[in-house]
Amino acid sequence: MADIQKLEALVTQVRRDILRQVHKVNSGHPGGSLGCAEFFVALYQEIMDRKEGFDMDGLGEDLFFLSNGHISPVFYSVLARSGYFPVEELNTFRLLDSRLQGHPTTHEGLPGIRIASGSLGQGLSVALGAAEAKKLNGCSHKVYSLMGDGELQEGQNWEAIMYAAANKIDNIIATVDLNGQQIDGSTDDVLELGSIRAKFEAFGWTVLDIEKGNDMAAVVKGLQEAKSLSGQGKPVCVLMHTIMGNGVDFMMHTHAWHGKAPNDEQLATGLAQNAETLGDY
Amino acid sequence: MKTYENTGNKDTRSGFGAGLEALGKTNENVVALCADLTGSLKMDAFKANHPERFFQVGIAEANMIGLAAGMTIGGKIPFTGTFANFSTGRVYDQIRQSVAYSGKNVKICASHAGLTLGEDGATHQILEDVGLMKMLPGMTVINTCDYNQTKAATIAIAAHKGPVYLRFGRPKVANFTPENQDFQIGKAVHLQEGSDVTIVATGHLVWEALEAAKTLHAEGISADVVNIHTIKPLDEEAIIASVKKTGCIVTAEEHNFLGGLGESVARTLATSHPTPQEFVATQDTFGESGTPAQLMEKYGLNAAAIVKASKKVITRK
Repeated sequence: MADIQKLEALVTQVRRDILRQVHKVNSGHPGGSLGCAEFFVALYQEIMDRKEGFDMDGLGEDLFFLSNGHISPVFYSVLARSGYFPVEELNTFRLLDSRLQGHPTTHEGLPGIRIASGSLGQGLSVALGAAEAKKLNGCSHKVYSLMGDGELQEGQNWEAIMYAAANKIDNIIATVDLNGQQIDGSTDDVLELGSIRAKFEAFGWTVLDIEKGNDMAAVVKGLQEAKSLSGQGKPVCVLMHTIMGNGVDFMMHTHAWHGKAPNDEQLATGLAQNAETLGDY
Repeated sequence: MKTYENTGNKDTRSGFGAGLEALGKTNENVVALCADLTGSLKMDAFKANHPERFFQVGIAEANMIGLAAGMTIGGKIPFTGTFANFSTGRVYDQIRQSVAYSGKNVKICASHAGLTLGEDGATHQILEDVGLMKMLPGMTVINTCDYNQTKAATIAIAAHKGPVYLRFGRPKVANFTPENQDFQIGKAVHLQEGSDVTIVATGHLVWEALEAAKTLHAEGISADVVNIHTIKPLDEEAIIASVKKTGCIVTAEEHNFLGGLGESVARTLATSHPTPQEFVATQDTFGESGTPAQLMEKYGLNAAAIVKASKKVITRK
């Protein structure tokens, strides 16, 4: 059984890491990062079967691919706190000569990263390729991916979604972060997505919702259910309803903090709302 | 003067198909992906003999590139196959981010490159692909000249770790390089010894360069002919060694003069050994419908054009 309290404590620390990373360099994407903190912690601490250390091929373990690379602060924080690289390295986020580039990349050899992402819409295809490789290699582990809801406006996703069902790729669990926000406003205002569930189902996927994507127990339960639904001849999609900026009151429910860093005062407010749990880097 | 025998016209894409099928037998990590052009790319044999390693992705090239990048994670060596236009321009950002920047071991294999695609016209005749691909850091760019060389190159790139763009074509052209040759990426092939003018050619223009050298020889002009099958990394040493003998150079390619082999050669010479140069290439234009021979004539990409450029560049020494 998952120790929800322990996971929640880590989430609080991850929120601090996110705020401090973007504040230090006055750039980066806190909103979506905060909204997905529970997902990343659940995935890396509870759901995925991971090997010690890191090798690119990842045979004999579950893999994760981030498509919406701009939420790198949460990815870096959880990777560091899951042992992929020293937590102190979060200090180098977006700095010259850092392995923690603005958007994640394999180019600087950061352990835990298997593909560059940032230009949207490409991650699901890559995850499906890795899932196909797992099948060819006789590896029974799963491949997880995350993309934003606004990102579904990119056409390549629908090529990938069609491919996955047609080829019965049932070792993929693709999560969509449904926060309803993108840079220019709400997804409804920018380019209405309609029913994402109906779309995935029409393409032949098994779809399940995590209605409370910022409730750790709900996220763990939802991802466990997704895992149990895999391996049945159909790809699995998780629609994870989150709140952008979750955990920092003035950042919540708005696209304003999609790509904007807090100032000194705002950082102090945000940190006060998330007391240190595991220790700051 | 060396003579080269055409052992019978063959298409370079069939060389790719033969090379891919050979790899299928010898390297179990080789996988092939195709975007609804299996017959055109001559991938049928690989598909028939290794169905579990053949992936039909449909008319969805962006997804194909992403899938290929993902398949490298787990040790596969993916070969993607579609027309050159859909292999490059259509999916440039996917190649840039998911393959080149991510350092993935994907082999992007592109048929029907250039004007010799023929009657389908400019929508399909990409003349910018070499430029697009060579600008990507870490990308190897190869444009083979005949069936035998394309087959050898296909086999060779599987052993090279890193992204490769392999460009070939549709029509049946002279097959004159050795069967089962040792293809060395980045190593130019010296074809003809000469002293008056250097002709460096790539792809379908290599045979034309040899034909041009014969014509020039008959007129008392001695041409040094070099086959540059690898445009990146460029064999700068071979080019400089040749122009040191001849003092002038003609570059010949089925591509726009912007971004092509000629431009790479010009950069090399400008920085190392400034030399008068003429470009046999398309002149910043789109193509059009027509037979391959008609198009190569109209756009100045044949032996006659190379002869003309050679005579001109000699006067500039």
